[in-house]
Amino acid sequence: MTDLYTLQGITVRYGARTVLAVDKLAIRRGEILSVVGPSGAGKSTLLRLLNFLHPPTSGEIHFDGIPFSADRAATLEMRRRVTTVFQHPVLLRRSVEANVTYGLRLRGQRGDAEALHATLASVGLAELAQQPARTLSGGEAQRVALARALVLRPEALLLDEPTANLDPYNVGLIEQNIARLNQEQQTTIVLVTHNLHQARRLAHRVLFLLDGHPVETAVTQTFFEFPHDPRTGAFVRGDMVY
Amino acid sequence: MANFLEGFHQSLQLLLGGDSQLAAIVLLSLRVSGIALAISTAIGIPLGALLGLTRFYGRPLAVALVYTGMAFPPVVVGLFVYLLLSRSGPLGALALGWIPRLFTPEAMILAQVIIALPLVAGFTLAAVQGVDPALRLQIQALGASRWQTTGAILEEARVGVVAAVVAGFGGIISEVGAVMLVGGNIAGQTRVLTTAIVLETNKGNFGLALALGGVLLGIAFAANLLILRLEGRSFHS
Ligand SMILES: Nc1ncnc2c1ncn2[C@@H]1O[C@H](COP(=O)(O)OP(=O)(O)O)[C@@H](O)[C@H]1O
Ligand SMILES: [Mg+2]
Repeated sequence: MTDLYTLQGITVRYGARTVLAVDKLAIRRGEILSVVGPSGAGKSTLLRLLNFLHPPTSGEIHFDGIPFSADRAATLEMRRRVTTVFQHPVLLRRSVEANVTYGLRLRGQRGDAEALHATLASVGLAELAQQPARTLSGGEAQRVALARALVLRPEALLLDEPTANLDPYNVGLIEQNIARLNQEQQTTIVLVTHNLHQARRLAHRVLFLLDGHPVETAVTQTFFEFPHDPRTGAFVRGDMVY
Repeated sequence: MANFLEGFHQSLQLLLGGDSQLAAIVLLSLRVSGIALAISTAIGIPLGALLGLTRFYGRPLAVALVYTGMAFPPVVVGLFVYLLLSRSGPLGALALGWIPRLFTPEAMILAQVIIALPLVAGFTLAAVQGVDPALRLQIQALGASRWQTTGAILEEARVGVVAAVVAGFGGIISEVGAVMLVGGNIAGQTRVLTTAIVLETNKGNFGLALALGGVLLGIAFAANLLILRLEGRSFHS
């Protein structure tokens, strides 16, 4: 089976408003899929579904062949196989290290010190391990958020604009980690980004969401150079008015 | 002024001399308020977390009740418990073994729980609502179960939760109206620090009254210090 996620007939409604309507979407095992689209397009809503944080209003999501159902225990088990890094990380009022090991402790694991250290070092936080997390800068906090996701070795890593508002140094560090994780561990990555250059640098495929609807999904080069849908072309050129 | 000085001198003698009557009063105060606080904390923290973190039918009413309870005059609580437990009252009339009888420490504990519980629950509710709502989604994304999520949010709100417990204790250890009504201030049985202060002052025994007042202040201070220390430790771990 090459698809890690399959979505079918998905809608998410808030009140009378449909904010996401995905007829069909497959996310392949081991790919980096970038999701782009204007604010309010439903990108974060899609990621919450993929992290099983709330159920769709209708439709089916399968993960590794398992349907996402209302069963609480099964949902928790699925949720623990994936994780999300959010645009504005909220860290616990504890040390950097305690934040990074938090997800492991939720699973009743301790995590070995060497792996922890390697993870902290990979995001440039080795020196800050004992520092209170709430004293970190925005870039450092985002790297802690990435590290606390990486130590879980998720089968899918969901990234919701992980580098928005970060300086180039931090953007570079985080992009390196994303690329390395995908190459070395074949982790499936869904990257929501406002930065089209970033999508181009990292993604294998790009999905364009507009008003909750997927307009186009294509291999990265095709997406940027030979977009099928005129709206994709307008968005890519920065001509889209919304 | 003479009253004051003499009273002060007398109070020192009583305190330093280890007066047994005084000791009994102090111990009963600690026992009644300690048990009432333990019960209020055990119920109030989960109740506050539930009200702060979940949405259910009837929640607005429950929240309004808790906030009203926080501002309830203790003496009215005392009156309410008195009527409830008196021989002709709805509970007193049942004469069941587990229902506390009027003018016993158990009746005082009941009254103090009714005073402290809304304080603990209300301040806990406010504390968990002060935690960044995004935290909840993020720790769930890290794999937290419902219980683990609640635990993490309470831990994030710990400063406020500790303050809730302190407020609950402060509200009952220094309270006089309710314990006077339902306890009756019976020497050796239901006399606690506050009711003894009232009595001794009325009798003109300023020395004893002052000594009792000093002990009360000391207890309140020590308890708050202890709670803040515990909080400090959990903060740094
Ligand atoms: N909990 C919610 N209640 C009501 N509307 C919501 C909620 N969450 C998101 N929305 C709406 O759904 C739409 C899509 O939001 P979102 O997925 O956050 O978009 P994006 O991440 O692409 O900017 C927005 O219009 C937003 O206002
Ligand atoms: Mg978003």
